[in-house]
Amino acid sequence: MDALRLEHLRKTYPNGVQALRGIDLVVEEGDFFALLGPNGAGKTTTIGIITSLVNKTAGRVVVFGHDMDRHREAAKACIGVVPQEVNLAMFEKLIDIVINQAGYYGVRPRLARQRAEKYLKALHLWDRRHDIARNLSGGMKRRLMIARALMHEPRLLILDEPTAGVDIEIRRSMWAFMRAINDAGVTIILTTHYLEEAESLCRHVAIIDRGTIVENDRMSRVLRKLQYETFVLSLEQTVEAAPVLDGYTVRLRNEHEIEVEVSREQNVNRLFALLSDQGIGVHSMRNKANRLEELFMRLTERSGSPEDRP
Amino acid sequence: MSVGRGDVDRDAARPEIDVAREAARADDFERVSGPAPMQGLLAVNLVGLRTIMRREIRRVTRIWVQTIVPPAITMTLYFVIFGSLIGRRIGEMDGLPYITYIAPGLIMMAVITNSFSNVVSSFFSAKLQLYLEELLVSPLSTATIVVGYMIGGIFRGLAVGLLVTVVALLFTRISVEHPFITLSVVVLVAAIFSLAGLLNAIFAKTFDDISIVPTFVLTPLTYLGGVFFSISLLAPAWQAAAMVNPILYMVNAFRYGMLGVSDIPIGVAYALILSLLVILFVANMWLLAKGRGIRS
Repeated sequence: MDALRLEHLRKTYPNGVQALRGIDLVVEEGDFFALLGPNGAGKTTTIGIITSLVNKTAGRVVVFGHDMDRHREAAKACIGVVPQEVNLAMFEKLIDIVINQAGYYGVRPRLARQRAEKYLKALHLWDRRHDIARNLSGGMKRRLMIARALMHEPRLLILDEPTAGVDIEIRRSMWAFMRAINDAGVTIILTTHYLEEAESLCRHVAIIDRGTIVENDRMSRVLRKLQYETFVLSLEQTVEAAPVLDGYTVRLRNEHEIEVEVSREQNVNRLFALLSDQGIGVHSMRNKANRLEELFMRLTERSGSPEDRP
Repeated sequence: MSVGRGDVDRDAARPEIDVAREAARADDFERVSGPAPMQGLLAVNLVGLRTIMRREIRRVTRIWVQTIVPPAITMTLYFVIFGSLIGRRIGEMDGLPYITYIAPGLIMMAVITNSFSNVVSSFFSAKLQLYLEELLVSPLSTATIVVGYMIGGIFRGLAVGLLVTVVALLFTRISVEHPFITLSVVVLVAAIFSLAGLLNAIFAKTFDDISIVPTFVLTPLTYLGGVFFSISLLAPAWQAAAMVNPILYMVNAFRYGMLGVSDIPIGVAYALILSLLVILFVANMWLLAKGRGIRS
């Protein structure tokens, strides 16, 4: 069964901005799906429409077979959402926030209390349960929003940049938690600016740019579409200009570093041989960006610079 | 640097991550989602309504120094100044001591302002701090949300009204002539002004917007709504003008319930009160369902 089906989704804001220009998207049940795009591409509008916080202009949203227009309550009951912006009642206690949220989905108080303990402990917030939300750090607030979204144990969990502003250790523990939730059968849609996060966690990816889907496939297939990878080579000696290497595009970063584009068909050993022929030794080598980031940049650059966007 | 799946798996050895995994694998993964028959939706809405009510009532009691005490102090001053000090010189009104005559009006004034301000501030805060989204993304019906906030407003209106009644009893003897009318009118009026507060909060974009209506509409209408005087004291033209003030009907209906005197036929007052209740309820339902002021 499809967890989510979007058909010809359009959104034009009252000021005339076309945020979505006809999006079609299918997320299968159990998937871990990345929805990526630059700022202003339409990700948050799409999520807003799915969660009914934004009124669509046209199109159809179907969640686990429930049409959002005809069976809104049933569709909404399937969804849990962690929004991009912190939207907590700052003067309420953590325990009250999560138990109330369960109540809004019809979870009775006794079960809500059990789940509150389960998820607050899982997200390392149980000891702070009697604090008010205002006293939490940024990372704790994000984890509280995840715990809150899980209180009715949704079938579809939408995470809109859940790890923004969270330190690397907590972020990794959140990744493990998200993967465990997904392993338990919950379909997850993730938007993030940390592309390594999407590459590490997600099985499918859609890239949205200027209100349209520009890429939508399995993560592995999308990454295979990347024809070039850019490597940064740290040189053992200084160079004044980028060396000319037959078959490779080379750019000078500084007197100690060069960037080399290597296509999938090309051999890295040959690159080293060519450099060696010119008496240039390589101290170390790294990817300029991770693979998804590289693809993302190429896809979104193709459709215009951010300044060109409406 | 890219981080592969293996990087994360190393974290699996950490005890807190084990807890996370265990939590996600728990067998009691009871879902309320999925196909929801009518019975299921009704149950969800009943639990949801109780949750909103409990949250709103807790809010009133948690910040009781802001919500309960100030109106009690204000009303005590009204009783001292208008009732006890000035009232003695006024003598009787409609055959009753002045302090006794104004007691139902002052109680009603407290109910009106507090039920209104409770909902307007609670809903607007939720809108401003975005946690209204908790309700908007949930499967709760619009009616449940409206009724939940309305009950919160009624609770504060009645709580303050009860406190003002206790204060009034320190200054004068009050008998309740018609208990059912007294109780039904005070609850209905609290409901009306809770819904009016919700309406204000839906349209409000700034804190100024939530203070304009109480300052420039509610207070003048309440003061001119027969709290302190009988409209029989007014010239005929002013009497006719006063009749378009809905608060006049409410105050008089409540005064009739408590003291048995009224400038307005009680049937007419009930008709107006019930009509206003229905109109405001439908207006709020329609606006929330459309997403006015809350959805882009």
